[in-house]
Amino acid sequence: MKHFTRALFIPAFFYLLPVEAVEYEFLGSLGIEGRYFSEEASDSNQTEQQFSIYAEPEIYFQLNDGNDSVTFQPFARLDSADEARSHVDIRELYWLHVDGDWELRVGINKVFWGVTETLHLVDIVNQTDSIESFDGEEKLGQPMIQFSLFKDWGYLDVFVLPYFRERTFAGEEGRLRGQFLIDTDNAVYESKDKQNHVDFAASWRNSFDLMDLSLNIFKGTSREPELIPKLDDGIPTGEILPFYPQITQFGAVMQYMSEAWLWKLEAINRTGDMIDDFNAMVGGFEYTMVGINDSATDLGWVIEYAFDERDASQVATQNDLSVAARIVLNDMDSTEVLAGVSQDMEYSNSRAWFIEANTRIGEASKLIVDMWLFTGDEIDDISSQFANEDFVQLSYEWYF
Amino acid sequence: MLKLRTQKNWLSLILTTGLLLSSVSWSSNAETDNKGLEIAKERKARDKGWGDSESTSLMILRNAQGDESVREMRIQALEVQGDGDKGLTIFDQPRDVKGSAFLNFSHINEPDDQWLYLPALKRVKRIASRNKSGPFMGSEFAYEDLASFEVAKYTYNYLRDETVNGELCWVVESIPTDRYSGYSKQIVWIDQSEYRVQKIEFYDRKKALLKTLTFDDYKLYLDKYWRAHKMTMTNHQTGKSTDMIAKEIKFRVGLTESDFNQNSLRRAR
Repeated sequence: MKHFTRALFIPAFFYLLPVEAVEYEFLGSLGIEGRYFSEEASDSNQTEQQFSIYAEPEIYFQLNDGNDSVTFQPFARLDSADEARSHVDIRELYWLHVDGDWELRVGINKVFWGVTETLHLVDIVNQTDSIESFDGEEKLGQPMIQFSLFKDWGYLDVFVLPYFRERTFAGEEGRLRGQFLIDTDNAVYESKDKQNHVDFAASWRNSFDLMDLSLNIFKGTSREPELIPKLDDGIPTGEILPFYPQITQFGAVMQYMSEAWLWKLEAINRTGDMIDDFNAMVGGFEYTMVGINDSATDLGWVIEYAFDERDASQVATQNDLSVAARIVLNDMDSTEVLAGVSQDMEYSNSRAWFIEANTRIGEASKLIVDMWLFTGDEIDDISSQFANEDFVQLSYEWYF
Repeated sequence: MLKLRTQKNWLSLILTTGLLLSSVSWSSNAETDNKGLEIAKERKARDKGWGDSESTSLMILRNAQGDESVREMRIQALEVQGDGDKGLTIFDQPRDVKGSAFLNFSHINEPDDQWLYLPALKRVKRIASRNKSGPFMGSEFAYEDLASFEVAKYTYNYLRDETVNGELCWVVESIPTDRYSGYSKQIVWIDQSEYRVQKIEFYDRKKALLKTLTFDDYKLYLDKYWRAHKMTMTNHQTGKSTDMIAKEIKFRVGLTESDFNQNSLRRAR
């Protein structure tokens, strides 16, 4: 959208502020999506196809020459089959103040930590909106106070996170939840403050020539729930409850750039009174071949290995190798394709093939195709929950 | 053993001859090399001191069939003394990439540092330096075509005088010093009245003519700095072309170092 600058008819109290003009923008996207599952689910209540519409508008105001601004970005989806997937979230609603080398953000916002492509280990500030996308890339808005500083010694972000967001899961009719229904209405917490526990996080990062380093810490309610059987008078009901323990997590991120290579590493150490302490890492490289066969097309290879001290019954990425090719056509329509496979190194039948592709249609629309194919039937492997969840998804998004 | 030594001797003979020959040809070209370098130095010197600028630009992408697609962006630039310039490019069109931003630190003797901000993921991605020869936003401009001109990025060889766009020009061959450049050489036409670039021919790594860039609508700023408001890049191998049109350029708008870091990249609007 264009920038609109309008003289403001200033109410009396605004005379106290050095405000001359407010600049505002209204933009966003609308989408329609269809999803088709090729296999019958383990629970006959679950759907085999679902359609939805979704919207993500954004309103932005700035004043004081851009030193203060407010961003509001709600999100809504209406789904034909899964009640839980019909939901509304405030992705962003925050005030930003910029002053020289520091920034302050107060409100609801999203932040991203990390460098790897196949798994986001250190990224812990925002809860995953897992009902939105299978790959975990979509996040729920997180209430926060974020103070950011940029000095010779690097970038520092300090967060106070006063409210906790529970992870979203597919509902009774929804897919990609495995065979057990997750009862999100009765989540269990270690802290007596439950969702009102105040969490803290901090992150430092800096670049040393070709090396980027980042260290971070999080103390508070784990974003990743442990899934425990729901009991009724000591008898399992067949449903699952999310349990959110208190944790301390240290994270480290390294990226090294060498010509066409980007070497990446993320590692975490998570401890807590009610969890088994563990370490986990994901690392690998992205190698890009520019202009293959004298064309404008770039071919990138993404190879990443993930290791987690927890076992396969707790986490899917306990010992997994992912190999993917990213094809960027560099055409007018910005066509990109990412295709690959994640192979479990412990359970040789356990793997997931994936394709994510998108291209522009006309001046302001995108067509997006996602496909996931799962194999694996070892009962000890949590990934086997997805054995019947192969799906293809087609989305059309219009931007305004 | 004897055979090996003989081979070594042959090798050293060839090398020595090669060196002698090249030094002979070097000395005969010293004058033209020197003239080319002097022109490049003066071109850079005349553009010194512009400070910072902010511009709004359109890129019109055209394929061989004549289909067009428009990119709109704002570019903030900061002159850095003793090193390459810093640039922040904020994309406004097409609307699906609105809010994406590109931060570039050009360097003279080492690869540029580049970062891309993706607003949907809130993620800053570093771009591998080898990618400089790749297309910028699907256009016919490579990333390296848009980096600031620095004398040490090329070696020069003055070729001849020739008139282009009605201006008498020096024609200078410029050979990139960076082995990751997408070009084997560039032929640059620089006008003798104001040291403005009028035309550049880009030759690919196989030494075939790849692209021609022409400069039009030069305007004078701050009584000293010439800026072309229209640059047209034509790819001779694919038939595609891109017009880069500067709608508005403002100088000395008060940008500083703090407007060019990863935090300002994240909040760029």
